[in-house]
Amino acid sequence: MSAPAARNPEIQELLQRKYQHGFVTDIESDTLPPGLDEDVIRVISARKEEPEFLLDWRLRAFRYWREAREPSWAKLNIPPIDYQAISYYSAPGAAKDAPKSLDEVDPRLLETYDKLGIPLHERARLAGVAVDAVFDSVSVATTFKSRLAEAGVIFCPFSEAVREHPELVRKYLGSVVPYRDNYFAALNSAVFTDGSFVYVPKNTRCPMELSTYFRINERNTGQFERTLIIADEGSEVSYLEGCTAPMRDENQLHAAVVELVALKDARIKYSTVQNWYPGDEKGRGGIYNFVTKRGDCRGRNSSISWTQVEAGSAITWKYPSCILRGDNSTGEFYSVAVTNNFQQADTGTKMIHIGRNTSSNILSKGISAGRAQNTYRGLVKVFPRAEGARNRTQCDSLLIGRDCGAHTFPHMDIGHPRAVVEHEATTSRISEDQLFYCRQRGLGEEDAVNLIVNGFCKQVFNMLPMEFAVEAQALMNVSLEGAIG
Amino acid sequence: MSAPLLDIRELTVRVEGKEILSGLSLEVGRGEVHAIMGPNGAGKSTLAQALAGRDGYGVSAGSMRFDGEDLLGMSPEERACKGLFLGFQYPVEIPGVSNMYLLRSALNAQRKAAGQPEINAAEFLRRARQEASRLKLKPELLKRGVNEGFSGGEKKRNEMLQLAVLKPRLAVLDETDSGLDIDALKVVASGIRALRDGQRAFVLITHYERILNLVSPDKVHVLAGGGIARSGGAELVQELEAAGYETFLREAA
Repeated sequence: MSAPAARNPEIQELLQRKYQHGFVTDIESDTLPPGLDEDVIRVISARKEEPEFLLDWRLRAFRYWREAREPSWAKLNIPPIDYQAISYYSAPGAAKDAPKSLDEVDPRLLETYDKLGIPLHERARLAGVAVDAVFDSVSVATTFKSRLAEAGVIFCPFSEAVREHPELVRKYLGSVVPYRDNYFAALNSAVFTDGSFVYVPKNTRCPMELSTYFRINERNTGQFERTLIIADEGSEVSYLEGCTAPMRDENQLHAAVVELVALKDARIKYSTVQNWYPGDEKGRGGIYNFVTKRGDCRGRNSSISWTQVEAGSAITWKYPSCILRGDNSTGEFYSVAVTNNFQQADTGTKMIHIGRNTSSNILSKGISAGRAQNTYRGLVKVFPRAEGARNRTQCDSLLIGRDCGAHTFPHMDIGHPRAVVEHEATTSRISEDQLFYCRQRGLGEEDAVNLIVNGFCKQVFNMLPMEFAVEAQALMNVSLEGAIG
Repeated sequence: MSAPLLDIRELTVRVEGKEILSGLSLEVGRGEVHAIMGPNGAGKSTLAQALAGRDGYGVSAGSMRFDGEDLLGMSPEERACKGLFLGFQYPVEIPGVSNMYLLRSALNAQRKAAGQPEINAAEFLRRARQEASRLKLKPELLKRGVNEGFSGGEKKRNEMLQLAVLKPRLAVLDETDSGLDIDALKVVASGIRALRDGQRAFVLITHYERILNLVSPDKVHVLAGGGIARSGGAELVQELEAAGYETFLREAA
C-alpha cells in the first residue's frame, strides 16, 4: 500500500543535496609534475630535508609497491588508476618560504578554512580545539602549539616531527603499519608528504582535543598524509580528523596511513568525519579514499577507540583496526557510513586479540541510498593465548530506496576455546510509514528523515566528542539535540 | 464560529486506481464526538488517511474543510499543526528515536507553527510523565525508541499519550480500541473523556460498541458503499449490534 520512500520527490531532493565544500582556492602552488619514480621520492625527501633513514625507508617501500598489486578482495568496483598521471607533491606557495606562524599564512588559505567552518585564526579559538591544517600535501598551520608544549604534548606537522624529533619518528614509524602491509600503505610510505604527529608524554592528559583538517585543493594531485600518534604510559588523548575536497569531474586519490601506539595504561580516542567530495549524482568524479588506519594497544590496560562518520568519497576502502597486544587492553570501533548516488564503501574493522582478557566492541551503522553499495567487512581474530578474550559486534544497515545495496562480511577466526564472541546484524528500510507517522505529528519531511536517520546512528554519534558532533550534525543534517527522558 | 470544525463534502478518494470513497459527506462540530462504524473494507481507514493527507490517497472530487480552511492543499504536517491528529491503527516503530524526543519535537514543531516559543524541557517532561501515569503507561516506555518493542496495547496507549500532550482540536482515532483488553479499553475511554472539553472534537473509527458504551458519542455513522449510509444517535449502535451491517450494505447498494 505505501509507496517506497525513494519514489518520493522531496526525499530525493534531500538525498541529492549538493556538496557544500566544492570550491577551489585560487592560490599559487609548488606542484611536482605527474609521475612516480625513485627520483620523485628523492625530491620529496629532499624538499622535506629528511634524514637518510627516512629516504631509505621510502625507497624500500617504493620498491615493494612497484612489485605489489592492488587488492581486489573488497566489494568495490574500482576503475583502473594511472599512478603515473598523479602529481605526488603539491604545496601552497613556494616551498622554501613556508609560513612560520599564522600571521604569515596566506590569507586566502585562512579564508578557505573559514569557509569550511574551521577557523584557524587565533581569534576563533573559542572551541578550545588545537587544529593542524593540511592543504594538499603540506601542513599550513597548527594552532595552540605553545599551550600544548607547556603540557609536554607534541602536536605538529609530520615533516616538522621528522626534523625536531627524529628519534621518535624512527622508533615508531611503520611499527604499526609496516610498508609491506598492503598496496596503498606501501604507496603512502613511499610518497607521503605530511600529516600530523602527536606525542603525549607519560601520565599526561592532553589538555585539549587535537584536530587535523585535511583539504585537497590542487587538480591531479593525490593526498598521501601520514599520521602518527603515540600515547606514552598512563597518558590520554582525543584526536579528531576532518576532510574535504573541491568538486571535480576526475577522480582523485587519497591514500593515508594512520598509526596509533598506546603504551601501558594509555588511552587514545580517534574520531573522523570524512567528507571528501563524493562525486556527482551521475557518479562522475569524487575521491578514492583508500586508507590504512591501525592502532596498537602495546601496553597493559591500554585502550584505543575509533569513531568514524564516513559520508564522502566516491570509493571508501578503510578498516580502522586494533591490535590488542597488551593484557586487559580494549579496542572499540564505532562507525556510521553513508553512501548515496554511485558511492561505494567497503569499510569495517579488525580486532586482533593477542593479550589476555582483551575485549573489543564493534558497532557499525551503514546507510545506503540511491545506487550506492555499502559493505561492512570485519575480522575478529583471537589468538590461542588470548585467554578471556571478548568481542561484541553489531552491524546495522539502513536502506533508502530500492537500487542500493548493503552487505555484511563478518569474519571470525577464534583460536581460544573459551573466547566470547557475539555478532548481531540487522537490515531495515526507512519506510513511508515512519515518515508519515512523524509528519502526522507535525514534523516537516526533512526533519522526519533526519529524526529517523539520527535515531539509527545515535549510538555512534554519542561516541563523538562534542566539538565534532557539531560537524557530524551539519554533515548528516541531523539534529543531535539529545533525546531527553 | 458557525462553520463546523470539520466539513467533508462529496468526497471521492481513490487508492491505487480503485475508488474507495464515493461522494462521502460528514460534518463534525466543535466539542462533538462522532463514531464511524462499518464493515471491513468499507473505507473507514481510507477516510482517516485522506484526512491526514497521506500520499497515495488521492482526492479526485469533493472538499474537506477544517475550521473553514481547505485541507486539500495542505501537507500532512500542516494539517497536524492546524490541530488535526490521527491515532494510528498500527503505530509504527522508529528504532533509536526516543519516544519523548519525537513527542517533544512534534510539540515544538506545532508550537512553532502557531508562533509560540519552544516548550521548556523540564515542563515538557513533567507534563508527559503526568499524562503517561494517567494512561498507566510504564515510565520506561517514555525513554525507549518510539513504539520499539511495545505490546499492541502499549502502542495504543502511546497514541493516547501523544494525543493528550499535543492537545489537537480534532482527534481521529482509527480503531484505537481494537485489540485492547477491558482494562486498557477503560484507560483509553477515560483518556478520551478527560480530553472532552466542549471544544475538542473526536472521530472514533471502530468495529465495536464496547468503546462507545464507555464514551457515549453524540453521533454515530455507518460507512458503507463508499459513503455515510446512515447517521443517528447512540441508539444506532444497539441497532447495529442486533442487525449487523447487512441491511446498510443493501440500502447503500
